Amino acid sequence: MKVKYYKNLLTIVLLFVASFSFANTEEHTSESDGVTLENASLSEKKAEYDKIKKHHLLDDHSFTIVDWVKVPLPVILIDEGVHVFMSSAFEPHGHGIAESGGKFYGLDHETGKVMRMDNHDHHVAVSAPFDLSITKNVVIILLMAVLMFFFFKKIATSYTSNGMPTKAGKFIEPIVLYVRDDIAIPNIGEKHYKKYMWFLLTIFFFIWALNLLGMTPLGVSVTNNFTFTFGMALFTFFITLFTANKNYWMHIFWMPGVPVPMKIILAPIELLGMVIKPFSLMIRLYANMTAGHMVVMGLIGLIFFFNNWFATGAFSALTLVLSLLELLVAALQAYIFTMLSAIYFGMAVTEDH
Amino acid sequence: MELFTGLSWGLFIYQTIIFSGLLILLWKFAWKPILTAVNDREENIKGALEAAETTKLEVAKLKSQNDEMRKEALAERDVLLKSARETKDKIVAEAKNIAKAESDKIIASAKEEIKSEKMAALGEIKTQVAALSIEIAEKVVKHDLSGDDKQKALVDSLIEEVNLN
Repeated sequence: MKVKYYKNLLTIVLLFVASFSFANTEEHTSESDGVTLENASLSEKKAEYDKIKKHHLLDDHSFTIVDWVKVPLPVILIDEGVHVFMSSAFEPHGHGIAESGGKFYGLDHETGKVMRMDNHDHHVAVSAPFDLSITKNVVIILLMAVLMFFFFKKIATSYTSNGMPTKAGKFIEPIVLYVRDDIAIPNIGEKHYKKYMWFLLTIFFFIWALNLLGMTPLGVSVTNNFTFTFGMALFTFFITLFTANKNYWMHIFWMPGVPVPMKIILAPIELLGMVIKPFSLMIRLYANMTAGHMVVMGLIGLIFFFNNWFATGAFSALTLVLSLLELLVAALQAYIFTMLSAIYFGMAVTEDH
Repeated sequence: MELFTGLSWGLFIYQTIIFSGLLILLWKFAWKPILTAVNDREENIKGALEAAETTKLEVAKLKSQNDEMRKEALAERDVLLKSARETKDKIVAEAKNIAKAESDKIIASAKEEIKSEKMAALGEIKTQVAALSIEIAEKVVKHDLSGDDKQKALVDSLIEEVNLN
């Protein structure tokens, strides 16, 4: 009861503060003669904010920890030969032009991709070379993989002789058991679940850990990168295909128990379904994580737009609440990805009934 | 679609390699040992529980067996006691019978003896009476039996003589 009371109070205060801050800005813009000045500073802020937002969400060729600490990463291009140079060549602010093997490369300001520039006019992009650079996301994924490997290896060795977990294992084991008993076994079945555990456990912890890392202010959100979710979904897709039994293919190409014309109609639909399933996995994770980040960053952006203490208080509180929600979503999306993968695997190994 | 043009193949290749490696390494060094440990533990617990259950059943069985044995022992005791009592009764009754027969025999023999003694005594008395009578008769014959007085005095003296004897 008391908690509810405080919750209501908080809501009212937040609404009040929020309305106040809106009123405040209106006053500012309508009253002053320097409307254009206000607008100019506002659009300037917006541009800067957009840059930060994009920078935060997108992959990058250098690792920016804070604005003044930029770790350059190697850029590897395959463009009639291999070109390797450090991303510091694009400084300052990604406007620099790197020269390698008589070719000139620069960053596209829209997408952040490396483009081959015209040999004479360094501001005209000619083509996009095949980019094998060690980007920020590659570094993060690699770091996370190494971290996870040592963490879980330590847990595995921390088991006592009678099979009891110690230390962090006490926290991790219930999650492992949850994945086994509530995700794998009910969806795949007692008989086949064992051959998918390695994938389900790894992908669950991997996505969860990366989701959580994405919530830190380091700007290392990997799971809202489309390429990443595409890759993960592709794993599920191929594992489903390679472990599928005769039944699975029968249900796709020659649906049993329906008349022949229906079989012919159903085959392409089922075939499409086979591809759409992992596709939905990819979009779901990508969209959820991106949306969460967008909203959180939008709220943080509002703090700077309004630039008064009411807004600062209100939107900080809102950001906090939303971040808590995102914390839940981080685990939830990892769970959903694992769960749906398990369901697809279950379909692939289902027995005739 | 912007999504697909945004796909960066470099990241995709690296990510696939890294994730494949992670899958293999974690399976070999983490999931397999953890799941094996958990599985073994679960099997252990299951085994221990089953063993406990069997032990419980066995104990119950033993207990019922004990009860049965006790009951049997009690019944046996009752039977033994009963037969002992019967034996005792029988012995006592037999003894009584024997004693009775013996006493009867003794009584009968005593009676017989008494009877024979009596007979002997009577016979003796008879012979003595006869002898006395003859003696008296002899004496009477010898004496003058003329008067009555004299007769009477003679008899009296004779009797006195007998009495003295």
